[in-house]
Parts: sequence; structure tokens; C-alpha cells
Amino acid sequence: MRIDAKGMHYRPMNKMIRDAVASGEKEFELDNIGGQRYIGAGLNENVKITINGTPGNDLGAFMNGPKIIINANGQDGLANTMNAGEIIVHGNVGDIIGYGMRGGKFYIKGDVGYRVGIHMKEYKKQVPIIIAGGTAGDFFGEYMAGGIMILLGMNGKSPLVGDYVGTGMHGGVMYIRGKVDPYHLGKEVNCLELSEEDTKLISGYLKEYCEYFRFDFNEVMSAKFTKLVPLSLRPYGNMYVY
Amino acid sequence: MESQLPAEFIVNIDHERCRKCKRCVMNCSFSAIEFKDKVTANNRQCVACHRCATFCPENAITIIHNPLDYKDGYNWSPEIRKNILKQAESGGIILTGMGNPKPYPIYWDHMLIDACQVTNPSIDPLREPMELRTYLGAKPEYLEFEGNNDVSLKTELAPQVKLDIPIVFAAMSYGAISLNAHKALAIAAKRMGTLMNTGEGGLHEDLAGYTDRIIVQVASGRFGVTSKYLNSSALVEIKIGQGAKPGIGGHLPGEKVGEDISKTRMIPVGTDALSPAPHHDIYSIEDLSQLIYAIKETTDYKKPVSVKIAAVHNVAAIASGIVRAGADIVMIDGFRGGTGAAPMIIRDHVGIPIELALAAVDDRLRQEGIRNRASILVGGSIRQSADVVKAIALGADACVIGTASLIAMGCRVCQKCYTGNCAWGIATQKPELVRRLNPEVGADRLCNLLTAWGHEIQEVLGSLGINAIESLRGSRERLRGVGLSQETLDILGIKHAGIGQ
Repeated sequence: MRIDAKGMHYRPMNKMIRDAVASGEKEFELDNIGGQRYIGAGLNENVKITINGTPGNDLGAFMNGPKIIINANGQDGLANTMNAGEIIVHGNVGDIIGYGMRGGKFYIKGDVGYRVGIHMKEYKKQVPIIIAGGTAGDFFGEYMAGGIMILLGMNGKSPLVGDYVGTGMHGGVMYIRGKVDPYHLGKEVNCLELSEEDTKLISGYLKEYCEYFRFDFNEVMSAKFTKLVPLSLRPYGNMYVY
Repeated sequence: MESQLPAEFIVNIDHERCRKCKRCVMNCSFSAIEFKDKVTANNRQCVACHRCATFCPENAITIIHNPLDYKDGYNWSPEIRKNILKQAESGGIILTGMGNPKPYPIYWDHMLIDACQVTNPSIDPLREPMELRTYLGAKPEYLEFEGNNDVSLKTELAPQVKLDIPIVFAAMSYGAISLNAHKALAIAAKRMGTLMNTGEGGLHEDLAGYTDRIIVQVASGRFGVTSKYLNSSALVEIKIGQGAKPGIGGHLPGEKVGEDISKTRMIPVGTDALSPAPHHDIYSIEDLSQLIYAIKETTDYKKPVSVKIAAVHNVAAIASGIVRAGADIVMIDGFRGGTGAAPMIIRDHVGIPIELALAAVDDRLRQEGIRNRASILVGGSIRQSADVVKAIALGADACVIGTASLIAMGCRVCQKCYTGNCAWGIATQKPELVRRLNPEVGADRLCNLLTAWGHEIQEVLGSLGINAIESLRGSRERLRGVGLSQETLDILGIKHAGIGQ
């Protein structure tokens, strides 16, 4: 199904998509998208949505299955509380992406904004992953409770990541391609070198990532990564007296 | 560090009566009673939960306050001195449970209800229909009809949730309270035509049969929130704040996150379930609107969306913003509201009373002409049916009860919810304690409470000469204040007792 979204409000457009999904449509191509919100929000089927243009906030919120390809930049709040599926962005994205994300893949070619992956979490086999090819703003992985985040810094900008990385982190793991100055790190984060298993783990995801965006996998892997994990699963366990 | 704190209570055992059946030893979940040749109390551990005394077949147990007196001092009260000792021994934030017990004014007890005498007849609720039904959800500005003989409604109504009684069970998460307590609340809600609220801990699969009577909550931790969860509900509530702990997050300690909690919250076993203080995707009314509509898109605009906030100084303006952001319901929780765990400093010193917050919010929404766009739910220590009547007369659509529902199920308000040792099977996840609360029995007790309150409300409506709860809503003329300052009366929008019409 192809929708020309020029001048369309998000509500009738998303309703059109929901109704078509309910009647069995599997593929959507949305043209002339300009800021329409909530695309793919709450969809439970494994449909494919290609977006030509810049979609609005909360794309893929509560999403549970679809694959969304954005041939432009994304705005804020993508993959909010997303449960399963895939989002591929051929550009940059804004703030607060992947908030409370609990499953699925979220690959961004360029930069990500502030508050990325806050309170991402995992449960058993359901492990969310975010990979960004550029740099990130402050509060990267704040309150992170699970999942994997990889930041590549391929565009050579500096600093790679803003302040308060992983503040309140109590689960999950971050891999950052390059060095992170200690003053950027939250107090609850431990900085480690990658083990062989880590390299194996990220190689799997990064091969797929590089294919999407035509990055040279060997070049990506040629630099040294920093691994960030929580110091404790219970960072605030000793703050209270009964 | 060895504690210098004296025991708060003393457990007296009448050894003349005691038959050494050890039922008290088995029932005490705080290790305050042991058996060493005879029943022996470890007074320091006693929290006065009454479990032992209630189940002693010989009535041989009494619990009293430790008469060990502190040197008199109004300023340095025993409680303040105890807290300082505790903190000097630990360096920790003092954690507590349930609602604010401090002697702040309770405005419900300074409001009196009108009744009919001679000039306007009262109604006998035993003989005449008396309607307690109400609907939660946004109401239209006006109604349009179509057709001539066969008239039908043309206006498209926002989704509504029917309540057979204007009392809803408060949000209490699975984690804070046990699954059996959740089941009891769900069974009672279904039977009584009202709602229970999952709180922020997700929806246990055993409650699948009750989803049309369940409010599902979306809090900052987003535990267990999926599109299926949002659609398995009567309505969806975004929790911004809680009366007992406005402005701060929640920490469910890792030791409470067992296999089943882990599955419902969708986090690994043993990790702390941390809810950040704010939703990090909501830093403004516009952001709130964004989440409200993300939920509406996900539920195909079929579920009302509620936003729950704590009653704080600027509550009226915030509520106005919430309504304008698109919420169908505003839930306001007063500073006396309960909690499973909160820092004492926050619980006892932050927020404002629900009576004043409710009056201010209802006023503000009326002044702005948007009162119809959202229902108002209020909680934060609704203790009796009279409080419900007064709240509705002040402008609420319905009330929310948390602590009262727990007391109905057996809670003795010992305020030790955060320890996970609840002897009554309510605020605990220990299987041997959870088992003590039979969901069916709990549900019967909750239904009895609501039935009794329903009858009482009908009696009051009858004496007011009205026959529907809808006729009482916002009817502040039927309330009078006693012993209140002019400023308080002005905020509440009521006259002082003694002033006629």
C-alpha cells in the first residue's frame, strides 16, 4: 500500500495503516511524510513500513513487530517503550529515543540526541539493541536496566558522547567505539575492556548494521571499543534505613 | 552498629492462659515471638500488626506501647529523637509505608452535610430508587441528535467507563502488594461494577478475566507496558505522581523481584525495579499530550486516558494543562495518600491536602469552561463514605480508596509494607505469607465494605432530597464549614455553618 501523506494529519493516516494491517496488508510505502506522529505505534504484526520524508515524534511507540525504514532523519521519541520489531534510520534522530525499550533493533546511521535509551530493559531472550553510527548527547543510557547500546562515532566528531553517561545504570551494557573521558561517566558505571565474547557479540550486530548503511565492517572493528557496565544491580540498595 | 533504640511495643503473654499451641509463633512474620519452653517475646521486633493476638485461641496476648518514657519535650518529640538515633546508626534515608500519620488538619472533618427539613421533603432510599451510577470520561460541550421519529445521537461520544458505585480501588502494584491481594481487588471490582488499578507493576496473567474492570498504569519505569497491556483494560492511567511521594520515583528492592514479579514487570530476577522520578519523555504539558495520544493511537481511541498527579501547590494550573493535553480523566492524590514504601521526609512533608486541591482544581476547570472535558477522581485518604459524599459535593466524579481497601482485607496499618513481611499476606511476596490472604474471602470483605458505603451514601442522598449521585456533584451549597478560617472557606468554596442560603 502506498500513501501520499502530503498535508495529511497523523490520525486518519495511522488509522488507514491500522485498518489495512487488520485486513492483511504487509507492506507500506509512505511518501511526502512531514512530521506525522506515532507511525507504527502499537502495531503488533510483522509488516514493513518504508518512510520517505521525516516522520514525527513517537514513531514505533509500544510497537511489537513491524520493520520501519526511514529514508531521512527521525525526530524525538522513536521506539518509545517498543517491545519488538526493527527501526532503521538513514539519517540522524533527536532526543529521548528508545525510552523504556524492551526488545527489537533500532539502527541509526548518524547522530542521536539527548537521553538515549533511558531505562531500556531486558527480560530473558528479549534484549533490545540500539546502534548509532555518529555521536550522542548527554544522559546516554541513564537508568539503563538492560539491553545493548553501541555508539560508533564514525563521523569523527568530538566528544563521542555527552555528560552523565549511564547515570543510575543497573543493567545492560554499552559499547562505545573509542575512549570515554571519565568525567563524562555517571557514578554507577564501570569502564572495562572488551573480552573475546564481547567482540563476538557486537560483530554479529555490526555486520548487519554495516550492510544497512554501507559502512566498512573492518574499518568499524579496527578501532578500540570501551565497554560500560553497571557497578551494581542495586545502585541505591544501601540508601535507606528501616 | 548495635542499636540503642528501645522497643516500640511490648508483647505481654498471659502464661496462665497460654496453652503453648505456638500458633502465635507460627503467625508472627517479624520474628517477635519465639518458643523457649514457653512463648517468649522479642519486643524489639514487634510492629503491632496484631496477627498473634488475633489468632491466639486463648486471648492470652496483649500488645502495649513501651511505657519507657522519654524526658518530656514537645519540640524534641520521641519520634524525632528515635529517627535521629536510627540515622546516626545507619546514615540512611528513613523509609516508611502507608499514609502520612502526622496531625495535619483533616478538612473532611470540618465540613458538614445539609439535609431536608419540612420545606423540601427528603427521600426514603429504602422505598425509592437511588442512583449511584456514574460514568468516567470526557463529556461533549453539547449533544446533537438526528432523525425525526426515530431520534438518535449524532454527537460522537468519547469513550466512557461505567461505575456502579463512585468508589474505585487505588493503584497498588503487584510487587508492592501480593497477587492474592490483586486478585481480591479484581474479583471485588468486577462484582461491584467498579475498577481496580494495576499500579505500575504490570498485569499478572491470572487477572486476564477481569481486564474490563482494570485500570492499567503507565509509570516512568514502563514495567510490563506493551500494546497488549494497554488494550487489556477499562482505561489507561499515566502516573506522574503519587500523594505519598510527589516528585520522586519508586524503588522496588531486588529481593522482592522473584520469578513471578520478574515475569510481570519484564525485568530480570533480583534487579531493583527503579522508576525514575519523572517520565523522561515528559518534561512539559506538550510532552504529556504526546504520550496521551501515543496511548490513544495504540488503543484506537477506545480507552479513556487518565493522568494521575499528586496534589501540590500549583495543582489547579497543572490539572488545567492535563485536561488541555487531552486527558479524559484527572486523578488527584492528596498528601495523606498511602504507599508501599516512601522516604518519611517526603511522605510527611510534601504535597497538600486533597480537600483543598480538589476544590481548587474543580474551580479552575469550571472557570476555564473545560470541566466537562475530563472526569475528576480523587484519593489520598478517603476513610469513610462521608468523605466520598463530601468529595463529590466539592466536585469530584468519584473517589479512590487504597488504604481503606487494604484495611478491609485485614491490614492493621502497622506501616511496615516496605519490609515485605506483611503478616496478613497483603504487602508481601513470601509464598507462605501470601497464602494467608484468600482472594475470595478478601473479595467478599471488599464487596461488603463497598455495599455498606453504597447504602450509607444512599441514605445521605435521601436526606439531601436527591436521588442520584450526579445531582450532588459540585453542589457545594450542600456543605458547610465548621471551625475553618475565611480563607479556607473561600478555597473550599463553602459557607460557614450557621449561614443559610
